[in-house]
Amino acid sequence: MDAPNDTNDIAIKVDHVTKTFKLPHDKQTSIKGLLIGLLRGGKRTFENQIALKDVSFDVKKGDFFAIVGRNGSGKSTMLKMLAGIYEPNKGGIQVNGKLTPFIELGVGFNHDLSGRENVFLNGALLGFNRKEMEGMYDDIVEFAELERFMDQKLKNYSSGMQVRLAFSIAIRAQSDMLLLDEVLAVGDAAFQQKCFDYFEELKRQNKTVVFVSHDMGAVQRFCNRAVYIKNGILLHDGTPGEVADMYTLDNMESMQANEEKQSKKQKDDGPKLPKDFSLTTKVAEQTAEKLVLDVNYKSKTTKDDPMYVAFSVIRDGASIAEMTTPLDLKLTGDGHLTYTLDLSLFNAGSYEIPTILCLQSSRKLVALSKHKNRFIIKGNDPIRGASMRLPDTWQQK
Amino acid sequence: MKHIFSKQNRALLRELVRTDFKLRYQGSVLGYVWSLLRPLLMFVIMYVVFVKFIKVNFGIPHSAVYLLIGIVLWNFFNEMTVQSLGSIVGRGDLIRKIRIPRWMIVFSSSVAALINLGLNLVIVAIFMVADHVAVTETLPLILLILLEVYLFALGISLFLAAAFVKYRDVGYIWEVLMQAGFYLTPILYPLSQITNVAIQKILMLNPMAQALQDARYTVVSHQTPTIYRLFEGGYYLFIPFIIVVFVLIAGLLYFKKEAKYFAENI
Repeated sequence: MDAPNDTNDIAIKVDHVTKTFKLPHDKQTSIKGLLIGLLRGGKRTFENQIALKDVSFDVKKGDFFAIVGRNGSGKSTMLKMLAGIYEPNKGGIQVNGKLTPFIELGVGFNHDLSGRENVFLNGALLGFNRKEMEGMYDDIVEFAELERFMDQKLKNYSSGMQVRLAFSIAIRAQSDMLLLDEVLAVGDAAFQQKCFDYFEELKRQNKTVVFVSHDMGAVQRFCNRAVYIKNGILLHDGTPGEVADMYTLDNMESMQANEEKQSKKQKDDGPKLPKDFSLTTKVAEQTAEKLVLDVNYKSKTTKDDPMYVAFSVIRDGASIAEMTTPLDLKLTGDGHLTYTLDLSLFNAGSYEIPTILCLQSSRKLVALSKHKNRFIIKGNDPIRGASMRLPDTWQQK
Repeated sequence: MKHIFSKQNRALLRELVRTDFKLRYQGSVLGYVWSLLRPLLMFVIMYVVFVKFIKVNFGIPHSAVYLLIGIVLWNFFNEMTVQSLGSIVGRGDLIRKIRIPRWMIVFSSSVAALINLGLNLVIVAIFMVADHVAVTETLPLILLILLEVYLFALGISLFLAAAFVKYRDVGYIWEVLMQAGFYLTPILYPLSQITNVAIQKILMLNPMAQALQDARYTVVSHQTPTIYRLFEGGYYLFIPFIIVVFVLIAGLLYFKKEAKYFAENI
């Protein structure tokens, strides 16, 4: 009350919001179940699933605000509460202005109706009457590039066509604040470009946008603020770069944990390797400039049968570089090596280095390291998207 | 109250009802004609069975129209409550993904039922003209009676739609109750068939029985036994109206309380 200017530029205020879902262990949707439950002394067993715990943040007017988190972290629940679809159990949400009521594209689309009829139905859900929709109809169809298909039933549309149509309608919604959940998950490159153009347009118009996405590229490109939610708790409220790093790290940790589980499980059904050999590599040190790997190998080989260790650097499942120990470094018996990789050659991203041990004579794989040796190059580099840069020199003349 | 009939809500209501109708008659050759043809054929069957074969005697002229009014009103009540019952669950996709007033969904089902009622009343009117029913000055009162039936059905619909989200048995229970109600309401038989006056009185406390007899009184014949005649001015005659008001308020309150949690309970 004392500082009206402060409160006026807040678009959405989320104040200590907690949401729990009561999940009956055996969902009682029948009265018989209820009666039996009552006979047992009314003790129905519930699992209280806490979707969000004491979450607070403010979205200012004109913010392009990202909610980031892994699957099941509670970010969609948050979005649904912002949209007014769920009610918080504790705390409150204040919305200052007109908010889009939907969180997904194509809500209420009916597959048995034609594209045309769906446009009007969807438009009505967004608050437009028939007359207004008729005014916009041609633009919508043109933007979706679906002129020839409008009288066909929606069930004959491809999923990409449906999304295009839904998106074309959704962007007509006239509100000051938009909620977007995973719009970019579907659609081809051209559609994504359309989405990006639309986001740019929203930014120019200084609209408030709350955006939930797994696409850290888009988050960093468009958002000016982000929060990170993990297991229903708001862990961080800061810049998109910080939050994107947290997300990447978090994902990696769980991938590593998964891998360890897998490697324990798969002990028997991996590739059949001779038992006499073993290879372990571990990250010994990582700084901004270099990565040092500790390599240990064990074998019963002699001078006649030397081995080599091969590395490859992998990003997004594709190998971008391969190295081996020099072949004149004839590895035999047991040994210990260190390997140093110059990190200044890498652009921002997450990488892994699987290592293998091979026989020089037959090039046969004899052992592979369980550790994938992950490393991340942090940072937010909107210009250089590829994995690596080559050593080069520049001179200004 | 103001934004109940806001521009957005009116547009939404229109599209929801339109979609309902479109989908209902989709793939049929006759399309909308069925909404007239279906009640007409049903009526012909009932007329032949009850008036021609069983020879139910309502003790008044125009027994065909008399029977028809009963069937039309009951069908409306049945259709509206049954359609509304499943409406919230049936529109779960909307409830979970968009913020629209929840009551709009029940309301749109009720409007669809009202439109069908209108079509059915056209058939009644045609039969009245064909059967030379003399229109009396009480005819306009039918609108008040229809309003009463609608509000009664609306209260029940709101309650059922909300309860069905949590307990799917409600659907089966209501089906049975409607079956019982059909026979406990003097639709196919004259009230005078029941010789015990006490039972007659109890049956007439049901708002549907009261409304039905009133409708027959205003439209067809002033000889119709109504609750006013039965109770001869006693205060008991207000009971059906009290029931209607109570059901409507209770339905609204229960729906309002549950509506917040529809999205997570469906």
